[in-house]
Amino acid sequence: MNLDSLLPNLGEWLRGNGPESDVVVSTRIRLARNLANCPFTNRATIPQKAETEAKIRDAVSKAELAGKFTYVDVNKLGPLDRQFLVERQLISRELASVLEGPRGVSFDEAESVSLMVNEEDHLRLQVMRSGLALDEAWAEIDRVDDAIEARLTYAFHDQFGYLTACPTNVGTGMRASVMLHLPALGLTKEIEKLFRSLQKINLVVRGLYGEGSRASGDLYQISNQVTLGKSEARVLQEIREVIAQILQYERHARQVLLKERKQAEQDRIARAIGTMGSATMITSDETMELLSAVRLGISLHLLDDVPATTVNQLFMHIQSAHLQKLMGTPLDGEERNAARAKYLRSKLRELGGPPRSG
Amino acid sequence: MNSCKYCGANATIHLTDIVNKKRREIHLCDKCAQEHELLPIAPNPQLNLPALLQLLMLQGVGEEWSSSDAPDAVDPSTLTCPTCGLKYAQFRVDGRFGCADDYDAFRTVLEPLLERVHRSLTHLGKVPAVVRRARDESERDRLRDHLRDAVAAENYEEAARLRDRIRQKEAAG
Repeated sequence: MNLDSLLPNLGEWLRGNGPESDVVVSTRIRLARNLANCPFTNRATIPQKAETEAKIRDAVSKAELAGKFTYVDVNKLGPLDRQFLVERQLISRELASVLEGPRGVSFDEAESVSLMVNEEDHLRLQVMRSGLALDEAWAEIDRVDDAIEARLTYAFHDQFGYLTACPTNVGTGMRASVMLHLPALGLTKEIEKLFRSLQKINLVVRGLYGEGSRASGDLYQISNQVTLGKSEARVLQEIREVIAQILQYERHARQVLLKERKQAEQDRIARAIGTMGSATMITSDETMELLSAVRLGISLHLLDDVPATTVNQLFMHIQSAHLQKLMGTPLDGEERNAARAKYLRSKLRELGGPPRSG
Repeated sequence: MNSCKYCGANATIHLTDIVNKKRREIHLCDKCAQEHELLPIAPNPQLNLPALLQLLMLQGVGEEWSSSDAPDAVDPSTLTCPTCGLKYAQFRVDGRFGCADDYDAFRTVLEPLLERVHRSLTHLGKVPAVVRRARDESERDRLRDHLRDAVAAENYEEAARLRDRIRQKEAAG
């Protein structure tokens, strides 16, 4: 498959119209699974990895799954294509560039379901949804898991549950993450307080691209830490309760902003659009910050002619691999900053001149 | 003054974890914390909490054993998985198991670790369909054995109760 064909599309999860989409960008659930009687990936030889890959590909191709799945052999991809899949959240950074040997990913046309093969675990299933949709995401991944499990034997322990390479994932093997856009809590400096309270209840906060990545564009992922001793339903319920609170805090902080400094916010948003419409060099960090202001402007109705989907598309397209594919040529850091500025200018022009702020 | 876990220099980062009134500490200097990617570089310092916690829990396991009150306990660093050959000492470095059998091979040292990370030792939640069917089947077998015993003992009230439960199980499964 030529990955460039994905370029004009936006994964379903980024369409920006799911439940609570003023604050919640997306919901993701992943399950870690291993085949019984095969060494885990980190201790498998190349032929063993090839065997695991063949078994899982066969099971996936025969499993009764909704949608049409494509398998991409990550081992055969160049660095740009690998980075492109990371940016689309179809594969992890580990699968892209840390792990070696036979490995790959199967995903559906909507880019809602991705099945990574020979990641840290033999199989990492992932389902993504737009907005806050923990139940829907769980129902879907549970179905996919059942369909694959009907054709394979998973490593399962009577006491410890689904066995994983890392004991921090054992049990359900489930990590549920909700990606939140929290600009108002960031502006009012309440975010640190919030995160300290989350750590106490065993939820983890991280940036956009998972473990170790930092928050950029006020985007945060909240996920569960515990996988052993709590059922999937209970973990999802705990996350749901916390998200409900964060939603309340963020919306309250937004109302305070509107009430106390509406004009200053309008100015900040107009300047963000002005910068993106006229800069000739711009880093991805700065763009993320500006897009965060625009996204906030849309939800506060301070901006009326920029669709949320466009902002989401820009979040994706200004990333390095997407940008290089859009420009059709490899670019170094400086060139990327120039290309990014050029792309943003043309996108804003497409929206019909400088957007009115109302 | 505490010294850095890695290089012995004066530590500037101190992490304390208290679980069930047991206290564990890790001390690191800035340089080693950054080298081990536990502390990202400025301007946006954010602790790599999962990695720090892992360090802490792995360290805790070793300490627990060295101060173990069971004097004839096996030194855990010499434990080896008979299936994949992984040594426990290697697991402490990587934090990754080599195969499914490691969970039984290292169970004695694994359980305190799981307790600390998950506050639990037993899975709750989804079970593969084949395991669920096997569990149901063995439960029905157990009930049938009881039924046979009850009939033999002419305990017909108990036998009727067991027969109803078996029928319920068969209907459900």
